[in-house]
Amino acid sequence: MPTVSVKRDLLFQALGRTYTDEEFDELCFEFGLELDEITSEKEIISKEQGTVKAAGASDVVLYKIDVPANRYDLLCLEGLVRGLQVFKERIKAPVYKRVMPDGKIQKLIITEETAKIRPFAVAAVLRNIKFTKDRYDSFIELQEKLHQNICRKRALVAIGTHDLDTLSGPFTYTAKRPSDIKFKPLNKTKEYTACELMNIYKTDNHLKHYLHIIENKPLYPVIYDSNGVILSMPPIINGDHSRITVNTRNIFIECTGTDFTKAKIVLDIIVTMFSEYCENQFTVEAAEVVFPNGKSSTFPELAYRKEMVRADLINKKVGIRETPENLAKLLTRMYLKSEVIGDGNQIEIEIPPTRADIIHACDIVEDAAIAYGYNNIQMTLPKTYTIANQFPLNKLTELLRYDMAAAGFTEVLTFALCSQEDIADKLGLDISATKAVHISNPKTAEFQVARTTLLPGLLKTIAANRKMPLPLKLFEISDIVIKDSDTDVGAKNYRHLCAVYYNKNPGFEIIHGLLDRIMQLLDVPPGEDKGGYVIKASEGPAFFPGRCAEIFARGQSVGKLGVLHPDVITKFELTMPCSSLEINIGPFL
Amino acid sequence: MIKTLETMYYVINHVKNYNTYHLTEEGFLYVKQGSPEFNVLKYIFKKVKCTMDEIKKEFGKEGDIGLNILFKNKTIELNKLDKSISCSKNGKKSNGFTLNNITEDVTQKYLDKINTYGEKENILFEKICNNGLVKNANNIIQELKKRKLIEIKKNSYSYIIKTNRFETQIKKNITDLNYLLLKNDEYTKYSIKKYNFFSSGKKINKGNLHLLTKQMKAFKDIFISLGFEEMNTQNYVESSFWCFDALYIPQQHPSRDLQDTFFIKEPEKCQNDFIDNFYINNIKKIHTYGDYDSYGWNYNWQLEESKKNVLRTHTTANSCRTLFNLAKKYKKQGYITPKKYFSIDRVFRNENLDSTHLAEFHQIEGLMVGERLGLSHLIGTLTAFYKYIGIHQLKFKPTFNPYTEPSMEIYGYHEENKKWLEVGNSGIFRPEMLLSMGFSKDVSVIAWGLSLERPTMIKYNIKNIRDLFGYKSVV
Repeated sequence: MPTVSVKRDLLFQALGRTYTDEEFDELCFEFGLELDEITSEKEIISKEQGTVKAAGASDVVLYKIDVPANRYDLLCLEGLVRGLQVFKERIKAPVYKRVMPDGKIQKLIITEETAKIRPFAVAAVLRNIKFTKDRYDSFIELQEKLHQNICRKRALVAIGTHDLDTLSGPFTYTAKRPSDIKFKPLNKTKEYTACELMNIYKTDNHLKHYLHIIENKPLYPVIYDSNGVILSMPPIINGDHSRITVNTRNIFIECTGTDFTKAKIVLDIIVTMFSEYCENQFTVEAAEVVFPNGKSSTFPELAYRKEMVRADLINKKVGIRETPENLAKLLTRMYLKSEVIGDGNQIEIEIPPTRADIIHACDIVEDAAIAYGYNNIQMTLPKTYTIANQFPLNKLTELLRYDMAAAGFTEVLTFALCSQEDIADKLGLDISATKAVHISNPKTAEFQVARTTLLPGLLKTIAANRKMPLPLKLFEISDIVIKDSDTDVGAKNYRHLCAVYYNKNPGFEIIHGLLDRIMQLLDVPPGEDKGGYVIKASEGPAFFPGRCAEIFARGQSVGKLGVLHPDVITKFELTMPCSSLEINIGPFL
Repeated sequence: MIKTLETMYYVINHVKNYNTYHLTEEGFLYVKQGSPEFNVLKYIFKKVKCTMDEIKKEFGKEGDIGLNILFKNKTIELNKLDKSISCSKNGKKSNGFTLNNITEDVTQKYLDKINTYGEKENILFEKICNNGLVKNANNIIQELKKRKLIEIKKNSYSYIIKTNRFETQIKKNITDLNYLLLKNDEYTKYSIKKYNFFSSGKKINKGNLHLLTKQMKAFKDIFISLGFEEMNTQNYVESSFWCFDALYIPQQHPSRDLQDTFFIKEPEKCQNDFIDNFYINNIKKIHTYGDYDSYGWNYNWQLEESKKNVLRTHTTANSCRTLFNLAKKYKKQGYITPKKYFSIDRVFRNENLDSTHLAEFHQIEGLMVGERLGLSHLIGTLTAFYKYIGIHQLKFKPTFNPYTEPSMEIYGYHEENKKWLEVGNSGIFRPEMLLSMGFSKDVSVIAWGLSLERPTMIKYNIKNIRDLFGYKSVV
């Protein structure tokens, strides 16, 4: 969930009233926002870098507000205020207009070289904008928020904003070899080639995260103006030449990317948010984008579309009984201008370009519910008759769990992920013999594989509890995972029961006695006859020679028990003898 | 003997200590003849003036004793010129002497009293004190003892009381009952040693259930009592298809990042024929262009991406499988049988670990399938569910989940901490998800989920999740 931080006083000024922290928190809650933190720049810096560094920082109160991940129109102060004011019916939702320029339209020509790396681009112009320091900061911050969220860290879309008065169109969006791109980037004092820049930015804490998007590509995307000035090398950095400042009046905005839909949404959001400060409020100057195939389109789209939803559908899905007129009013408060049409049960809803999150009637239903107030909805219990049931294996697990505890063993719950070492080397096995599922992106060795046996988890638990009085008698009943090409995903869980006895003596007879008890509970009689169980001398690298037996029950091998090999004990950093038992309980269902 | 009887609680023994006082041979002599100091003084007094030799001649050894005491008390003094002894002026007043007369032999008097009352300490002291005229009775006694005129003997006596457990015959004492003693009421012949009830009991050899599985069972019981059916969730490895795509989570969604999800190296992808093509095409359609009155996500959906195996990040993947099976049945029979499902099982997140986050945790999930189910039903069901776990006040916050719309975050009022806590997430499954499975528009599914660990930590006031789950959690 993205967090937007806004200056409280600025926010209240824009909302036209002040709130107490509690009041504002409540308003947020109702609207689906969350007032996450009340802080200041000073507080943030002192928390992160100590009070000394924070000495000079501003102590203007900041509200950090969590915004739903699909509401890109609420990612800046301007959008938040507009949304809340419309919600509280203090203003009517503004109508965004795209206009053609008096003179020549700004053109962005896409060449076909971009196809392989970053094929899409859209553009627009904000004319006669009036920034202040706060507005300018918000403008930059919105781009950053969009980059982090809908733009997927610039991978899908990257935004460039430029001082149009320093440039001369038409602009060309193309892709070139890195060595052929040379320009002075933002915040640098001299020109570098793209190759040099990529090296320099490897140590840049902010930009290094974006380098991978184009790094190994033969051609890098780049935008030129008609004089050969580089506007930007998306998605990494803009040129210094066209940088915008607080005093910039005319802004050329380009969005390049690999996702056309998202590029259009991003452009719409930026221009709808900041056209507020243009001389002609909420009016955006169109730009023409010429595609490699010669066709062209004008942007931003700023598309308004109409949706039709029946009032009874909304009432049913929310569980309320409101008149269509009231529902239309509720929706209008959510920035969705609505009116009742047709037979009096149809509501026509206008979806503005800011609400790209509305893709289905259910999204409209939700907005009606929010405006109605989730906490005003009368609850009802569904009148459905159903029969409870338990998953049989879980039921068996539960029964065994109680009886194991009743037999004096203590239950533990260990992790399903562990290191290769735990399930292989430490038990004297080769990893390939375990048929284990391997994780491709573990952050530490503790998450390399899914466990194929519960034993390592129990031994690690003993190691972590060596100070407890002896004997330690532990058990776990959980799933292990084995590769299995017969299942759709290629791996299968098995429900295992594992128990260990750790004392000055190995206590094989105790573990054996436990097995007898388990079999008694499972209603499996001793003996080789069909349906019975026996243990037969066996070998295993984890066990002491001659102290290992395989357990056969109902005609199949279900597991092993025995005294652990001293090597195993040592590798798990233990010092006492230990006997163990591990069986698959699946066959006993 | 008395002590033995006492430990058997037959009697109570009160012991009292006291002294008796006896005259020595010398003491008796002085009582009879008078004390040497008195006799010597009397002689000096009579003679007015005499020499030391004269006294020694007259009294012998006794004369030395008398002179010593009289000099010490400064009753007599030695004239340094003619070496004669005479009564001192100062001394005459003390020790019962007056200038002109000798009143009494004090030493003899006390010795006499001790002789008479020496056996009874109280009376003796009273007599010596003589109605408070003499204050330092003890000093007098000690002085006489020092002169070896008396002896002090320490004595004690017992005051023994019978208890109600008094027996005329002594029973043998034993520490505890045993099986032999139970035969023929043998134990009645013995007295059994008393227990010390102030000590703690012996640590018992116990087995235990894990806190989380206990809590799991508690939640299970709630679901069962509300008529819910448990889903099969027995696969940790899941394809991205079921984990994300089938839930209408777009392929660029952040939850599918390497930072958030464990991807599987081996087996890297699910089987080619993991599910029927009809369903795959529906999923492709809703992601790419949209359908069922939805505009879709509008991007190039890749089948290969959806085949990538992951460790399931939520059990909703299993819910999705369950619903898909239900949809197949629905298509066959043409009507929907209302269903309530639940599951409690492990899920995996490739998160940075801290005191409240582990890479593995348990998710509790409930869902209801039916016609015409709306938010009011969800709120009703949640109210019933949370009441069981002791949360009586709920409020709901609008939120965004990729696969539910409307979505509600659930907040519960924690009575003890007096604050609202987020206790779960809920919503109505998106039509894109349900319709592509083959359900009709009339079928809706309401669902909610929460973690098992969080309410357990709140309930037992556990601050670090590692104390609850993992190798270090207390056995």
